Amino acid sequence: MTEQHSDLTSEEVVDTSEVPITDPRLRVRDFSLWYGQDTALRNVNMVVPGQQVTAFIGPSGCGKSTLLRCFNRMNDLIPDVTTAGTISLDGQDILSPSLDVSQLRQRVGMVFQRPNPFPKSVFENVAFGLRLHGKLPQSELEDRVESALRRAALWDEVKDRLSDSALGLSGGQQQRLVIARAIAVEPQVLLLDEPASALDPISTLKIEELISQLKLDYTIVIVTHNMQQAARVSDFTAFLYLGELVEFGLTEAVFTNPQKQRTEDYITGRYG
Amino acid sequence: MNRHISGQFDSEMDSAKRLLIEMGALVEQQLADAGEAFFRHSDESASRISEVEDQVNTMEKRLDDACVQIIALRQPTATDLRTMISVMRSSTDLERIGDEAEKIAKLARKLARHPVPGDQYSDLRKLHAAVEALLFEALDAVGRGDADKALRVIAMDAAVDELYRAIHEERARSLAEGVDNVDIVLAVLWAARGLERIGDHAKNICEYIVYAVRGKDVRHSGVSRLS
Repeated sequence: MTEQHSDLTSEEVVDTSEVPITDPRLRVRDFSLWYGQDTALRNVNMVVPGQQVTAFIGPSGCGKSTLLRCFNRMNDLIPDVTTAGTISLDGQDILSPSLDVSQLRQRVGMVFQRPNPFPKSVFENVAFGLRLHGKLPQSELEDRVESALRRAALWDEVKDRLSDSALGLSGGQQQRLVIARAIAVEPQVLLLDEPASALDPISTLKIEELISQLKLDYTIVIVTHNMQQAARVSDFTAFLYLGELVEFGLTEAVFTNPQKQRTEDYITGRYG
Repeated sequence: MNRHISGQFDSEMDSAKRLLIEMGALVEQQLADAGEAFFRHSDESASRISEVEDQVNTMEKRLDDACVQIIALRQPTATDLRTMISVMRSSTDLERIGDEAEKIAKLARKLARHPVPGDQYSDLRKLHAAVEALLFEALDAVGRGDADKALRVIAMDAAVDELYRAIHEERARSLAEGVDNVDIVLAVLWAARGLERIGDHAKNICEYIVYAVRGKDVRHSGVSRLS
C-alpha cells in the first residue's frame, strides 16, 4: 500500500503544536494518499488524542472518510491506492506491509453510515467478532456479549430478544448493535463514519449520548456532515478541505473562533 | 466577509443588526434629551424621554426575539454566533443607557421649581458632551463592525471617568462646606453618576464589537493589552 512520492509541496502547514493533547494515540505524519493519479489527501499532519472524541468535518470529497479509513487500512480494499508518509498507533507504524491487518482491525473498530447487522440473531451479531478472534467458553461469551450490549446502551431493549433476528430491530437499535459488535472485541480505537446520518433525531441523540459514554474507554474518531453533531459530541475537530487539513483544534475553539478563514467560511455556511 | 449560501440567513442577520442601529439612534436621542431636560430644568423634554423609553423597551424585546429565532433556526457558529451574542448584549446595554437617561430626566422634573444655576452646569455639560461623543463613536463602530475603532472608543472612557471624578470631588467638597442648594448639588451628583454609567455601557458595546470581530473577550482587560 505504501509508496514514496517525493514531489509533494505543502501549500499550507497546519500548526497543531499548540493543541493541548496529553495522550496522543494516533499520529499522522506528512501523510498523502492518491486514488490513481488523483490526490485525495495532501501532507496531513495531526495527532488523535486518546480517550477523546475527534471529529473530521469538511465538504464532500475533502478526504475525511479517506483519512478515517486509513486508520484501519480499509483503503487496502480499494485498488490503485498509493500513500506517502506515516500513520502510527501507539508508536507502531500501521501502514507497514508486514502488519497483520486483521489484528489492526481488532484494535481499530469501525462503524459505518448505514447499520449493517448480519442476518443473524442479536446475540450472534455481537458474538461474531469474538468467535472470529478465538474460541471462548459459552459463559464467558455470554458475559462479553452482555457487557458489549450494556456499553452500547442496548441491553435493556434487547435482553429478552437475544435470539431474535437483528434485522427486526429499529435503525437506531441496529446501529447501537453494530457498535456493540465493534466494541465486543475490545478495540482501542473506534472509527465512526457518519454513524447517525441515516437515523431519526431521537436515535441520533441516543448515538451521541452513547459516544460520550464510550469515550471514557475508547479513542473515537467520527466523520460527520452534521456540524452541530460534531460540535456536540467531539472534544477536538479537524477541518479538511480539498484533501488538506486546514485546521485542527479544540472543538469549542474551532466553532466559536476558528483561526482559518476557510474554516470560518465552511462552518458558517459561506462556501459557494 | 462573504455572504452566506443562504440569502435568508444574511437577511435575518442584517435585519437584527439594523434593529440594533435603530435602537442606538433612539437611545442617542434620549441622552440628548436628558441633557436638554436637566440643563434647562425642562419638564417637557423629560416627558419626551419617557415616551421614547417605551419604544426602546419594545425594540429590545424585538431584537431578543430576532436573535433567539436566528440561534434556534440557524444555529450560528464562529463570527455569526459571536455577532448574535454581541447584538443581544449590546441591546441590553442600550436599554440600560435609556434607563439612565430617563433617571436623569426625572431629576430634571425635581429641579423644575429651582432656577438654573449661574454656572449653567458647565462641568456637567462637559461630561454630557463627552458621553454623547463616546456613545456616538461606539454606535458608529457597531455600524461599521470596526474593532480597531471600538478599541479606540474604549480608551475614550478614561476621559469620561476623569470628568466624573472631578465633578464628584467638587460637589462632595461643596456639601461638606455647606451649601444652600443641596437639591441641585445632589441632582448633579446623580446625573454625573448616570452619565458615567452610560459611558461604561457604551464601552461595553465596544468590547462586544471586538469579541464579534476578533473573537477576543476584552472585558475587564487593561486597554494597553487590547490591541
